[in-house]
Amino acid sequence: MLKTLFTGLSLLLVTLPVSAALNVFACEPEWASLMQELGSDKVKVFSATTAQQDPHRIQARPSLIAKMRRADLIVCTGAELETGWLPVLLRRAANPKIQPGQPGYFEAAQYVTLLDKPERIDRAEGDIHAAGDPHIHLNPHNISRITSALTNILALLDPENTIYYTHQRDDFLNRWQRAITGWEKQAAPLRGLRIVSQHKSWIYLIDWLGMKEVTRLEPKPGIPPSTTYLTQVLTTLQQQPARAVLITPYQNPQASEWLHSRIAIPVVELPYTVGGDTDATTLFGLFDSTITKLLAVTEQ
Amino acid sequence: MKTFVITCMLYAATSITALQPVQAAEQSDIDLLRQEVDALKTQVNASQATTSTQSAFNPAISLILMGRYANFDNDPENYALPGVTLAEETDPGKEGLSLAETELIISGNIDDKFFGRFTTALTPENEIEIEEALVQTLALPAGLGLQFGRFYSEIGYLNKIHAHYWDFVDQPLVYRAYLANQYNDDGLQLRWLAPTDLFLELGGEAFSGESFPASRPANESVGSYSLFAKLGGDVGVSHSWQAGISYLATQAENRETEEGNVVFGGDDNMIIADLVWKWAPGGNDAQTSLVFQTEYISSNEQGDYTITGNGTNPVDRTNDGWYAQLIYKFQPRWRGGLRYDRLSIEDPGSAFSGTSLDTQGHTPERVSVMFDYSHSEYSRLRLQYNRDESYAVADNQWYLQYIMSLGAHGAHRF
Repeated sequence: MLKTLFTGLSLLLVTLPVSAALNVFACEPEWASLMQELGSDKVKVFSATTAQQDPHRIQARPSLIAKMRRADLIVCTGAELETGWLPVLLRRAANPKIQPGQPGYFEAAQYVTLLDKPERIDRAEGDIHAAGDPHIHLNPHNISRITSALTNILALLDPENTIYYTHQRDDFLNRWQRAITGWEKQAAPLRGLRIVSQHKSWIYLIDWLGMKEVTRLEPKPGIPPSTTYLTQVLTTLQQQPARAVLITPYQNPQASEWLHSRIAIPVVELPYTVGGDTDATTLFGLFDSTITKLLAVTEQ
Repeated sequence: MKTFVITCMLYAATSITALQPVQAAEQSDIDLLRQEVDALKTQVNASQATTSTQSAFNPAISLILMGRYANFDNDPENYALPGVTLAEETDPGKEGLSLAETELIISGNIDDKFFGRFTTALTPENEIEIEEALVQTLALPAGLGLQFGRFYSEIGYLNKIHAHYWDFVDQPLVYRAYLANQYNDDGLQLRWLAPTDLFLELGGEAFSGESFPASRPANESVGSYSLFAKLGGDVGVSHSWQAGISYLATQAENRETEEGNVVFGGDDNMIIADLVWKWAPGGNDAQTSLVFQTEYISSNEQGDYTITGNGTNPVDRTNDGWYAQLIYKFQPRWRGGLRYDRLSIEDPGSAFSGTSLDTQGHTPERVSVMFDYSHSEYSRLRLQYNRDESYAVADNQWYLQYIMSLGAHGAHRF
């Protein structure tokens, strides 16, 4: 143990002045936050999006191309979440290190079980993802799986700091596992909680906490609801009541507010990702805040 | 399949173990087995995901269906921009119902070093045109990128934007008059992206010079070339911008246009400046956005025009013009837009009076207003009105247009 620590320390001392930090381009804030946990000062993390932006629809901005040009590693969700912008950035940045197939190209969705894989791939079904739903980070067990895979990549790209990354991983997973146990205990009253989603953003959270999605406001994924459709939702909810409508910080609250004005169903804006509210400054804060806000619904 | 069998066996193993009287030590074995089963399930799913996440189709194929209904006060046959000769297919088009070009786009990574894209346009006259057949490098060092084949030149902002992604039915007058809507040609492009946080891209292109405004002289191997520089960045989280300056040098020998009796020989060189500014609250343009875009083109013609019945006369003149437009997305699916166009064409002199190069003292101008509705990212319906003063008799033009895309999700440039 002491020897490992010593080797680790000496490696640190040797490598610190010479090796520059690894440049990481994270497509979404949750991966930026995870990278920060794992890499700390060994990485320089940039998040391409914020919690206030719809990750399906991001402009392939010049600033993102410039950032990607210098990236050593890109960490994205995959499962077609970023198909509308990532391919353009990859091509225009023409950075050989982060092209698909290279170690510097990391898709988190490849390491977890994707839910809701569509049986019928047809655009008439809306904006569907052939591989399955991409909002994977909302089940903390998925974060654990991705953490291990990501640490392996970090060790591959920056072998000198392998011991450091392994240590960071163990430390993070340790804290994370304890946090999960706490959340699961705390969230016990949420089992069976009946909710309405605006978009199909919550299926991993629903699956993890055992909640029940009564209906969704979008008639098809990515298609905003019309008034006619909302009236149907209203009828459904009158027959099968739900406790809250869940929305993300980047979604338009109009439809949910309309519903709220009719049947006084509370509209709950969950942080969705890191930076989604004032408490969600880290991945830990994200789940703390999410569960607190959901528990508040059950207490009403 | 093999993994599935193993999973089943492991499940069986766990259930058999569960039947026996359980000691505390055995309980941990069960947990271990459960973990293994979970790990195997994850592996199976991960391997399935790997095959499908990259791209649902390889290569990606998309088909764009476009068509419209048009109504004009003036006969489109009489359309002209006095002082310049128009290239083919640059007029306002047919009245009534008509099909626009149908685009078929096939693209994908060729391997880990190259990307390829093929764009073909099937015209309403049942002709096939290859608009793009290009190869791009993905893995050159130091921010370098090479592109070759047939492609839209990187000059200006709108030049390489495909018709299905235009904000209006038609191109601005500067593009119509000086670049035959869009300049594409067979050639080679080299780009360099600076390793800075501020986006800076420099590049140059060499073309065979076969398409308008070029018309390659027989003894030249490179008919035209271009240089371009682009700069861009963000201002806060809500604003982003890109500005560019480009130069295009073309040579012409017997450059014919729509009017076969007017032939140009000489050099036609252009300078283009462009600026795009996008705003979206919090950078979330899925809800609301405002886009301002403007370009200026100056075209210098040096050479001579031969006009049937009028002989050959020298010209040395600079024509220019600009447009500015504002597109406002006021609802996730609704956008409104306003555009103003203006050209200044230098009169080539008395030797050309009475010909189509005579400007008749007119300054072409146009104001356009449009509204469009996109039910999803794949369908768009648009209504556009132009008050067109391209020539002396002002025209009121109405368009109702549809743009539908099938197949792969097209990622778009800034």
